Amino acid sequence: MNVVKRSEIDISEKKPASEVVLRLRGITKVFGSLVANNDISLELKSGEVLALLGENGAGKTTLMNILFGHYIADSGSIEVFGRPIQQGSPHAAIELGIGMVHQHFTLADNLSVLDNVMLGTEPLWWFSSNRRAGRLKLEQLGERFGLRVKPNARVAELSIGERQRVEILKALYRNAQILILDEPTAVLTPQETDTFFETLKKLVSGGLSLIFISHKMQEVLAISDRVAVLNEGRLVSELKTADASETELAQSMIGRSIELPERKTLKAGKPILKLKSITVMPEDGRSALSSVSLDICAREIVGIAGVSGNGQSTIADLITGLVEPRSGTLELHGEVVNNFSPRNMLQKKVGRIPEDRHSQGLIGDMTLAENSISECYQDPQFSSYGWQNKLNCQSFAENIVSKFDVRGYSPNSPVRLLSGGNMQKLILGRVLSGNPQLILANQPGRGLDVGAAAYVHEQLLAARENGAAILLISEDLEELLQIADRIAVIHRGRLSESYPRESISISQLGLLMTGQQKKSITNNHAIEADAS
Amino acid sequence: MQLKQMRLEPRIRVPFVLVILAPVVSIVASFVLCAGLVAWSGASIFEAYGLLLKGALGSGFALSETFARATPLIFTGLAAAVAFKSRFWNIGAEGQLYAGALIITVLGTGMLDLHPGLIIPILVITSAVAGALMLLGPVLLKIHFGVDEVVTTLLLNFIVLLLVSLLLEGPLKDPMGLGWPQAEPVTEAAELPRLFQGLRLHAGLLLALLFSFIMWIVSIRTTLGYEMRAVGFNQKAARFAGMPVKRVMIITALISGGIAGIAGFSEVAGMKGNLTLDLSPGFGYTGIVVAMLAQLHPLGVIISASFVASIFVGADAMSRSAGVPSYIADVMVSVSLLCMLVSVLLVRFRIRWG
Amino acid sequence: METSIAWLEIFLNASFWVASVRIATPLIFGTLGEVICERAGVLNLGIEGIMTIGAMAGWMAVYQGAGLWSGLFFAAACGGIFGLLHAMLTVPLGLSQHVTGIGITLLATSLTSYVYRLILPEVNSPPRIQAFEPLEIPGLSSIPLIGEALFNQSPLTYFAFISVVVVSYVLYRTPFGLAIQMVGENPAAAEAQGVDVTVIRTVAVVCGSAFMAVGGAFLTMSAFNAFFFNMINGRGWICIALVVFASWRPGKALLGAFLFAAFDAYQMRLQQLVGTEIPYQIFLMMPYVLSILALIVMSRRVGYPQALMIPYRKGER
Repeated sequence: MNVVKRSEIDISEKKPASEVVLRLRGITKVFGSLVANNDISLELKSGEVLALLGENGAGKTTLMNILFGHYIADSGSIEVFGRPIQQGSPHAAIELGIGMVHQHFTLADNLSVLDNVMLGTEPLWWFSSNRRAGRLKLEQLGERFGLRVKPNARVAELSIGERQRVEILKALYRNAQILILDEPTAVLTPQETDTFFETLKKLVSGGLSLIFISHKMQEVLAISDRVAVLNEGRLVSELKTADASETELAQSMIGRSIELPERKTLKAGKPILKLKSITVMPEDGRSALSSVSLDICAREIVGIAGVSGNGQSTIADLITGLVEPRSGTLELHGEVVNNFSPRNMLQKKVGRIPEDRHSQGLIGDMTLAENSISECYQDPQFSSYGWQNKLNCQSFAENIVSKFDVRGYSPNSPVRLLSGGNMQKLILGRVLSGNPQLILANQPGRGLDVGAAAYVHEQLLAARENGAAILLISEDLEELLQIADRIAVIHRGRLSESYPRESISISQLGLLMTGQQKKSITNNHAIEADAS
Repeated sequence: MQLKQMRLEPRIRVPFVLVILAPVVSIVASFVLCAGLVAWSGASIFEAYGLLLKGALGSGFALSETFARATPLIFTGLAAAVAFKSRFWNIGAEGQLYAGALIITVLGTGMLDLHPGLIIPILVITSAVAGALMLLGPVLLKIHFGVDEVVTTLLLNFIVLLLVSLLLEGPLKDPMGLGWPQAEPVTEAAELPRLFQGLRLHAGLLLALLFSFIMWIVSIRTTLGYEMRAVGFNQKAARFAGMPVKRVMIITALISGGIAGIAGFSEVAGMKGNLTLDLSPGFGYTGIVVAMLAQLHPLGVIISASFVASIFVGADAMSRSAGVPSYIADVMVSVSLLCMLVSVLLVRFRIRWG
Repeated sequence: METSIAWLEIFLNASFWVASVRIATPLIFGTLGEVICERAGVLNLGIEGIMTIGAMAGWMAVYQGAGLWSGLFFAAACGGIFGLLHAMLTVPLGLSQHVTGIGITLLATSLTSYVYRLILPEVNSPPRIQAFEPLEIPGLSSIPLIGEALFNQSPLTYFAFISVVVVSYVLYRTPFGLAIQMVGENPAAAEAQGVDVTVIRTVAVVCGSAFMAVGGAFLTMSAFNAFFFNMINGRGWICIALVVFASWRPGKALLGAFLFAAFDAYQMRLQQLVGTEIPYQIFLMMPYVLSILALIVMSRRVGYPQALMIPYRKGER
């Protein structure tokens, strides 16, 4: 991966790291039946970068939310600079010099950068807000740490990278000494990540101590001084980064070895989906598409990579039938589609795995059985003369539950009780039982643990063997390289041509994600990443 | 010192006992909370509540009055329950009720001279159509312009009431009405029969029970009911799954408005005999309480409407004998609504501190 | 021919402008109160009931011997209490703001009727009080048309104008106002900055409700001098529509309330002009029809608080 070499950012040599600035003792937190944190004790030393490594759901975010006062631990204590902290109050955490950059930015789109930064920095009973002083301080901080932003710009107008800068500035503005970064690189391109790491170096040399939360091994190895690995809520290992090896960390993070999905080489069949210079106007918060063309054949997985918000969800909506193109054509099985509605797409044998399981894929308050037929409830076997055939629904759901290994719940349980992995399996079962010829898989592995993600990938590969054409949209480049046959990159609504997976590397994908042309990729380091 | 913060945690399994207990607890709570107000009037609390219960349930006459009062509340409660279940906030049942009553007054006071077996179904259908049309505007405005239906349906209540007032002082005014703004009574054929000799309880109650039952079957057994629930729980997912969300919303609104319209028919043809400006003492608004107490269940509406009606009828009796203003009924009913909202929340969530 | 000029002459009559400003006053208070609530992310459909209880409470306090200003304060406090109830149910508990608001309106209205009957069991027509007298501002009030309309009004009308300025200032120029805007736009962001969402929202709803109650009290303590049932008569719902019309801005709320009131005052005069040719109910319907039209016209405009009607449950997973 194209990241800064560890030797370049080794701070421990410049400054003796000994003073303990933060100490967690025996933190335990239980949500219902889930033990999110189990007796975790950790220390952070001054001027150090501590990486918190772990899978999705290992308890990293919960731990940091406790530290920052979003949650209160069931037991355990926290000391900052030797003083115990009052739990459950972000305000108290901020006062003691803790700052947090959340994974999902906590910014108000309709307010200005300065408003977002200044909120909560002045006593609420003040008769007037000293905005001039605030603007000055913000500009000085930006200057000092290389985080320049326009104070009066509305947040809605900023790019993802700029928003992250605002998030960091928010913490710095309040004189944070300890900065928690929750999956900060998830939304960045590899090149933006490099710039971001440069910023972190400046922060550390400016005297801050950092906690860097990630599930990406390479980044952790590149940026941190020490690594703490969480697995299922427990602290399973804690060691100096210099002494850590990738395989060792992977083992303790996952608790078992990972098997890559088996992947047969298949010859692609007839084209199933053809997008011909499709243009979609930006509307209702959707990003635009300009002249997107793409072919997908039977027995082929085509991946679309890109930083979120560049138009991939619009492509997904297009194939789902939720949006109509302004110009261009979409052909399925050689026929031009004119009627863009989810119903019509389903009738044309398009299966869809949505990006958001909770808000789009399933109806939490309805049962497994009811959710399993939601895309085909009008079929004669489920509905005759307006009456619903409950028995057929039931057996249909039972079939999916057993075939796709949806564990632990009867067809009559409400879906909201299911874990993320089981939800995804249910959706997968619903999609595949319709024998789709085209499958749209939008971020199918997101938020799943390694086992569930591997299962989803296996099933997609099996569908490919059975002759389906699959469009895989993902922000996870590893996922794309593991299962896609060809990969195209989307940037600002434009889709690149697609490249066979063997002929493209992560860093090349990264450059395409910032809008560079492939031909110009000669020297990765010569090209500074386009931060916007 | 640690500051404990309140947090709501969803219950994994909701015990059925709690679901049944929720309305009971809220009703008891509203009696307890209103005791202070009753005491303020100088009456003894237990005596007053005793009189209330006796006035509502103490005799055949009292029961007849209670169920006669429950009849329109079942309709308006059902109207609210159907709409709210699909997250469509129809607060306009009052106006829809008057719209239904208006069309009955036009058609039922002599214009249609038909056999009762024919005219009553026609009037049921036309009053439903009138109520449904009242809600067509708000639902279309919501779908196409995103206009909040709460405000439009509320404002339509005022408009319809003024329209009724206009017509009662104009074309629909009863020449025999001694100058009062009231309409001619409906013809004998159009009247709903009384269920018992000498009591006001009328066949409208049977109609209300029938509609509750139909709506229950629709909700759990039909494809339409499936779509309505899906749209109510998660509109985005319903649209994604290819359901005709807009059509379902329009159908829901039409059903809701239609049922409220029939309440107007039932009151004019069964209870009052003619249309006046005080046909409904806020049945439309009380229907919201009825629906919430029933947790939006079509059959539960029957029970909660009976409860609410008994409070109103009982409070009337109590105010005559104990001197407590009968407005106490409105207070108790609205308090029980707020208590119900909280207890339903506590059924679904557990409050955790920290 | 005569009428064709007469309908224009209405505008030249000072009494039309005076009436417009008077009719606007309760709407200004109500809309301002609702703006504060909605800016913090809480829809307050309790407005109709809160205005009702404000109208009764202020008048009743004065009738019982309180001074006019302390009566007004009492009305505001009653409104604040119902606001607190609404806030407690919708903010920490996150109950449906629609249903809770309707419940608050039902409760406040019925409680008003109950208490009124309890205190005055036997009266047929309500007793009158000595209401606020118009306060003439010397010099300014002698400007033709505008002078009388703007500078010879009830002290409460001046108070309404001042409130608009104060609320605008607080909302846009103070740390507290920024916090209100932030909890209405993105409560998670406010929380992460150490601002307690529950407290800010609650305070906003209580303050907003107090304004609504003052709007109701204006009717019994200035516009009229007695309390009647159904006195509010949908003014609260009209305020909800005016908030949308005003794009959630205090200044525009003032403008919207005035435009609306001017229309209302105009139709009343037109009604006298037309006589009985057109039934008076048609004219009475106009404000409601106008509110619906305003909602339709403004529906496509953006600018509503992003977190409006979305409960914020701290630490929910």
